[in-house]
Amino acid sequence: MADIILRDIQKYFGEAHVIRQLNLEVRHREFVVLLGPSGCGKTTTLRAIAGLEEIDSGNILIDGKPVERLRASDRDIAFVFQLYALYPHLTAYENIAFPLRATSESRAAVDAQVRRVARALAIEHLLSKRPSALSGGDMQRVAIGRALVRRPKAMLMDEPIGSLDAKLREDMRTEIKRLHLENDTTTVYVTHDQVEAMSLADRIAVMHDGVLQQVGTPTDVYRHPANLFVAQFIGSPVMNIAKASFREENGRAQVIVGDGDGAFELPAELQRRVAAANRPELTIGVRPESVRIARQPADGFTQVEAHIIEPLGAYDIVDLKLGRQIFRARTPSGFVARAGDTVWARLDAAQTHFFDTSSGGSLDVRLSG
Amino acid sequence: MAHIRLENVTKNFGSHTALKGLDLEIADGEFFVLLGPTGAGKTTTLRLIAGLERPNAGSIRIDHEDVLGWNAAQRDVALVFQHYSLYPRYTVRQNLEFPLKSRVRRSPQPEIDARVARAAKTLRIEHLLDRKTDRLSGGEMQRVSIGRAIVREPRVFLMDEPLSNLDAKLREALRSELKDLQMKLGATFLFVTHDQIEAMSMGDKVGVLNQGRIIQVATPQEIYNRPRDLFVAGFVGSPAMNLLPGEARDGRLTALAGQMELSADGSAREWLRRFAAPVTVGIRSEDIRIGAAEAAEAQVHDVENLGVEKIVTLRIGEQLLRATAPASLELPIDSAVRFGWNPEKLHFFDTGNGMNLAVT
Repeated sequence: MADIILRDIQKYFGEAHVIRQLNLEVRHREFVVLLGPSGCGKTTTLRAIAGLEEIDSGNILIDGKPVERLRASDRDIAFVFQLYALYPHLTAYENIAFPLRATSESRAAVDAQVRRVARALAIEHLLSKRPSALSGGDMQRVAIGRALVRRPKAMLMDEPIGSLDAKLREDMRTEIKRLHLENDTTTVYVTHDQVEAMSLADRIAVMHDGVLQQVGTPTDVYRHPANLFVAQFIGSPVMNIAKASFREENGRAQVIVGDGDGAFELPAELQRRVAAANRPELTIGVRPESVRIARQPADGFTQVEAHIIEPLGAYDIVDLKLGRQIFRARTPSGFVARAGDTVWARLDAAQTHFFDTSSGGSLDVRLSG
Repeated sequence: MAHIRLENVTKNFGSHTALKGLDLEIADGEFFVLLGPTGAGKTTTLRLIAGLERPNAGSIRIDHEDVLGWNAAQRDVALVFQHYSLYPRYTVRQNLEFPLKSRVRRSPQPEIDARVARAAKTLRIEHLLDRKTDRLSGGEMQRVSIGRAIVREPRVFLMDEPLSNLDAKLREALRSELKDLQMKLGATFLFVTHDQIEAMSMGDKVGVLNQGRIIQVATPQEIYNRPRDLFVAGFVGSPAMNLLPGEARDGRLTALAGQMELSADGSAREWLRRFAAPVTVGIRSEDIRIGAAEAAEAQVHDVENLGVEKIVTLRIGEQLLRATAPASLELPIDSAVRFGWNPEKLHFFDTGNGMNLAVT
């Protein structure tokens, strides 16, 4: 049972201002992911919650109580690192039971708790093995088991599956999410991998240069990114971004992308709303799945040349050339037959974003949704 | 420009066999990707072609000439590694000129200037030419490494995980840049990676390597749609293909405790009719539909919201099954849902030897 509140956190390493005025509330039983590139301050934030790092100013409250002065061991929080720090001379069972040694629980009670955690992690058959006999995934399961066995108020995880291979990461993601649900814990999880963040989080806190950029559900940060950094950090392939300006042609609104490299038709209503924001320089952002493609000319579509086609199996990513600008589109598998083909493209107005180029902030102008 | 052929190549390191009787053919001007997990033998294959290792048996031909007796320089291949080995105190221009100023193969200065200018333009690093390489970003350094390979105009480009050290966004950008470059140069590329997305997105052909053996060589689409065995099926595609044990029930073949009735055509049907041996059924997440009118029932085990779509893990008894669903679909965890599948997209594998029954 825990909620965690970070209030006006500041942290310096020498001259470097690594956490800038950070405010974040993690609710009881919530799964919050701190997401950002290396050096953004996410691990430092996590370590500050754990008590492994002192903060220069601000408050950290767990269940409403300030903990800045409490030692890590008194905060009743469990920590899982990227590198499974297991005791090599102990079996998996002994590793998991280790945090219970200092408690006065009976042998039978300890045994019951170790087995409960082992069952949840599907490692019951590995309990008698030493870490050296375990695979990477199994070692990380043991490390997670050791963190969970105490039933801590909160679980803090720092890239716990970052060193595993792709397939195992997929499976472990599901397991971590299920464990979080079944154990009723509050989890704060750090990663630089946006797929991991999207798939695990109830809410994502995106960080960059020590500054919290946006906090929201996966749907929020994906569909309504607060600024260009979030827009481009979340989603794969990356959101298409280009310099943008509007013009009118035959009574219809067109957005010109790049240095006059090409133009797309958009509803006049959208142009009106963007113009109302009155920003000198605009950047347009469109995700690949919001670039619609037709193989024949159609009203409102722009003629473009298909360049490189990436067949990813379930779908293709097609690079469309507009002068020197490349817009990437997600299409059904095999929809564009060959590189060099002429196709017609349109932007989904409801999913077209506009940003103030100088500040990077989203104008928050959309037609619907 | 070169055609490469490896025949029956075996390579041992002490008692460890890295490659076993490997056959591989790379066409002139092809972008060939060698894909496999760590330890599969990818880098060894590349080093054998480069002339950095000698095989214990088998032949290696470049443009139909046996090159086993040739050293690395004579083979005229260019290598790009994961760790860019640039000269840190030199400028980008000096790094690019370096391969053209070797004692064996010194080119006249106007020729050097022309080649460096051309490479810099192709890679969009013209503005960096006079900068020292220790002041470049990771992506810029990797571009310069590739530039150093390009200026030599080698017969073959060999690339060993050149994008693995870069962040996700840069990797994505360089993927299409490399593909674009290869198309412009019309050169033969052998690209080694453990990342199936890189392999799918760039390769004209993909060779899947596992434990020193080539399992399948085919176009990306073919590898994805007709994986030759369980290893390829599980390795290519994200999320990984669902693989379920088939069960014989009342003379029918089913999966998921009888909920999934299986029918097949062609050679797979013939095979299934006889129920000769245990069979594993494969189906990709995008070939599973969730909807009220569907045939089978499951619990929602987990939902991953990827923004563009959701990956829903369904639980049927003890079995887990991943399905792709529209981002707009709201599914509470542990709620009951109904699901169906596209019967034409089922894959059948012999559980014993892992082979795809329709492909072999």
